[in-house]
Amino acid sequence: MNRYPLWKYLLLAIALVVGLLYTLPNFFGEAPAVQVSSGKATLKLDAGVVPRIESALSGAGISADFVQFEGNSAKARFADTDTQIKAKDAIAKALNPDPSDPSHIVALNLLSRSPTWLTKLHALPMYLGLDLRGGVHFLMQVDMKAALAKKAESYAGDLRSLMRDKGVRHGGIVRDGETITIRFRDRTTLAQAQALLAEQMGDLQWLEGSDGSDAKLTGTLKPDAARRVQEQALKQNITTLHNRVNELGVAEPVIQQQGTDRVVVQLPGVQDTAKAKDIIGRTANLEFRLADMTPEARAALDGRGPVPFGRERFGVGRGAPVIVYREVVASGDMLTDAQPRPDQYNQPAVSVTLDSKGGRRMLEMTRANVGNFMAAILFEKNKGEVLTVARIQGEFGNQFQITGMGTTEAANDLALLLRAGGLAAPMEIIEERTIGPSLGKENIDKGFRSVTYGFAAIAAFMCAYYLLFGVFSTLALAFNLLLLVAVLSMLQATLTLPGIAAIALTLGMAIDANVLINERVREELRGGAPPQAAIHAGYERAWATILDSNVTTLIAGLALLAFGSGPVRGFAVVHCLGILTSMFSAVLFSRGLVNLWYGRQKRLKSVSIGQVWRPQGSTPPVQQG
Amino acid sequence: MEFFRIQRDIPFMRHALVFNIISFLTFAAAVFFLATRGLHLSIEFTGGTVLEVSYTQAADINKARASVETLGFGEVQVQNFGTSHDVLIRLPVRGDLKQSDVAARVFERLCTDEGGRLVARQYTTPQGEQVSRTACAGTGDVEPIRLSRTEFVGPAVGAELYADGLKALAFVVIGIMVYLAFRFEWKFSIAAIVANLHDVVIILGFFAFFQWEFSLAVLAAVLAVLGYSVNESVVIFDRIREAFRKFRKMNTREVIDHAITSTISRTIITHGSTQMMVLAMLLFGGPTLHFFAVALTIGILFGIYSSVFVAAAIAMWLGVKREDLVRTAGKDRDPNDPNAGAVV
Repeated sequence: MNRYPLWKYLLLAIALVVGLLYTLPNFFGEAPAVQVSSGKATLKLDAGVVPRIESALSGAGISADFVQFEGNSAKARFADTDTQIKAKDAIAKALNPDPSDPSHIVALNLLSRSPTWLTKLHALPMYLGLDLRGGVHFLMQVDMKAALAKKAESYAGDLRSLMRDKGVRHGGIVRDGETITIRFRDRTTLAQAQALLAEQMGDLQWLEGSDGSDAKLTGTLKPDAARRVQEQALKQNITTLHNRVNELGVAEPVIQQQGTDRVVVQLPGVQDTAKAKDIIGRTANLEFRLADMTPEARAALDGRGPVPFGRERFGVGRGAPVIVYREVVASGDMLTDAQPRPDQYNQPAVSVTLDSKGGRRMLEMTRANVGNFMAAILFEKNKGEVLTVARIQGEFGNQFQITGMGTTEAANDLALLLRAGGLAAPMEIIEERTIGPSLGKENIDKGFRSVTYGFAAIAAFMCAYYLLFGVFSTLALAFNLLLLVAVLSMLQATLTLPGIAAIALTLGMAIDANVLINERVREELRGGAPPQAAIHAGYERAWATILDSNVTTLIAGLALLAFGSGPVRGFAVVHCLGILTSMFSAVLFSRGLVNLWYGRQKRLKSVSIGQVWRPQGSTPPVQQG
Repeated sequence: MEFFRIQRDIPFMRHALVFNIISFLTFAAAVFFLATRGLHLSIEFTGGTVLEVSYTQAADINKARASVETLGFGEVQVQNFGTSHDVLIRLPVRGDLKQSDVAARVFERLCTDEGGRLVARQYTTPQGEQVSRTACAGTGDVEPIRLSRTEFVGPAVGAELYADGLKALAFVVIGIMVYLAFRFEWKFSIAAIVANLHDVVIILGFFAFFQWEFSLAVLAAVLAVLGYSVNESVVIFDRIREAFRKFRKMNTREVIDHAITSTISRTIITHGSTQMMVLAMLLFGGPTLHFFAVALTIGILFGIYSSVFVAAAIAMWLGVKREDLVRTAGKDRDPNDPNAGAVV
């Protein structure tokens, strides 16, 4: 009765092999590496960069373990740090001919030393959290002046249409920085306008003045309105950063407001500033503007005349150079979605969705401009780059398609770039820290020591108290640890110090199942049951209790998972997984060991489970080993 | 080896009243300290700034505190962190201040106290990482103090965490109650939750009395302990159910005594094993895990007490009867029933 069918042994063997395989990468440690990624929104790296890096390295007489292209960056691994730094300089020199305007980001990084065949199996080491390995920390400054100026610009646009609708004649509306100036021919129109403004534009405060013969009104945002704009801008930027970081699968990122105009971004486990910058630093701002294709503008493009008033020239990007109007039709914050989707002729295209405000403005603009061109411009650090210039085929509102991409790849890129523009205000990294692993290493040692000594103490006790059954329990506990680490590695979970604490705690609690089983077996023996029957009954009866007790622990774990944040979530994930693996290992695995050892012996006389004491006056004890 | 050589059932329940009074008194004391002293919440909950600096020489806490206090950032806490060289400084949130500056200004102050000045340093670690940090340059090559870590949490984040913590606690309590009511009986579910919430309150009481820092990790420990020590009650309830079936002649009190006596060995061994692990964390885990391990230790010790002496006693007061539990056995045959036939 204490025999497993072959498939159960096979299952256990497979679990053991898989566990070993996925735990293995954690032991290899990390090697210095150099990572190359794109420094510009419009430049997309491909595998073609690998030979360039290789030639740069061979030119400098440096040999790399390997150079490979993965995702959107190329990585080269080196034997030691000296080579790594030399290689970084050589690669940077080769890829960035103009150091003041680098097109590639070349950064130092760490790569797992595990062999390629493991990596091919997707057996990767666990991520270590910020507290264990350090990580990247950014402090970002949100350009509030730009946010306010942008808001003022949108107000200026609203004012123009408002004045036109109400038939108030003005002598021009100009935005300068955060202020808007409206000129009037005479005082009566000014008074008329003032009444209108007070009624319709509650967020602005107006100051009367005169400019020569003209009367003028100078408007600024009211302080509380300005504060609201700033708060919204910050909130939107944080949301956008969250989405961006989430899209890239960084576990447990910390994105928090600091002060009124700064955002902290911490990416644990990310050692490569290049990737982090790629995610964070590509804080671009998108604007849709009407392109000017009049002969006047064309002349300006060819350099035969000045850029007409109220227009701007953009020289970089797809479709550039182009002359566009200064007025923004729709901006990145109005963009709700941009997805690559084939058009009706099955040609690659990008379908764009705007919010209702953007849609209204788009409708207004396109109604008057069918046949003209519209440009999408991405601003990075105040430098505009044209993403696309497309002809307006017809009137449209908040949903439209940009066609003429050529390739699916190009459509994908454009969609990504459009989405990347969802920032309310530009941001710049003002502080960048790569937290070294020295503090983290100390924490790893502490966590590791806790687990080791705790495990050793439990193992020693179990073996002394339950003899061979104690050995089985210890092996089951070790198997549990193996499985837990393997599952965490498979899930690519981020291990933090609380996570290690959870591993220790889970092991400490998991032994409960084996204690329950062993005590039950002893009890059966005490009651006079023959050894085989005692083993069988002990496992069977303990099972219900084990299940009950694990469910309650699991409820607590799930609550932590649902409501916890940051380090507590890490704790909860490990805790929950640990409970599941411990049920498997404590019951199935230890039973498997017991069956393997005792199951074949038909006439089993004794079981090595330590002394089975009997109260006086009960049946004489069967001899125990 | 066998630790527990118990001749006959120990009459635990004879003293149930005494245990319940002891429980009630500790509980009342815990509530009293929680109410009067309150929890010393970490900045994760309250918001604020934390700096961890490490001195080359043993740090003079009082001097550092006096020095930081002159900056006028409100109530400052300065204390050793782990070793005598490491100092942790906590500053509350002040609405009128730019929080990002606080840490820098405190560090600058501490640096000038040690006769150094702030410089920006850039270097590469042996692991090949680029680090650029603000360092305090003293005379010669020494750095009198180093900034190991700074942390700032905004008040909004703190309030959110606080609410989430309460939600998590409520979720655990309700979840466990529903499960136990479903698996056993509502009387057991109430007994288990009362007994284990009493543990939680006592842990919190300890934290309030000693003014230990209550951080997110401690909250995690408290909830984990809640789930874990309900285990204990479950195991005992399991036995009570079994004993009700097995020993028809016993009355409720005897059944409970029997159940506790027959599980006491397992209870002590399991908790002992878990405590060994927690002890390892307490000894080797360093200051970050210290209070986490402390909370677990208190939780484990009181967990034994409460599930053995409190939960069963409450179930008894609530009037658990054989009919409450054995009723189900009529419908489906329980494999644990020794009368169900010999198992070979």
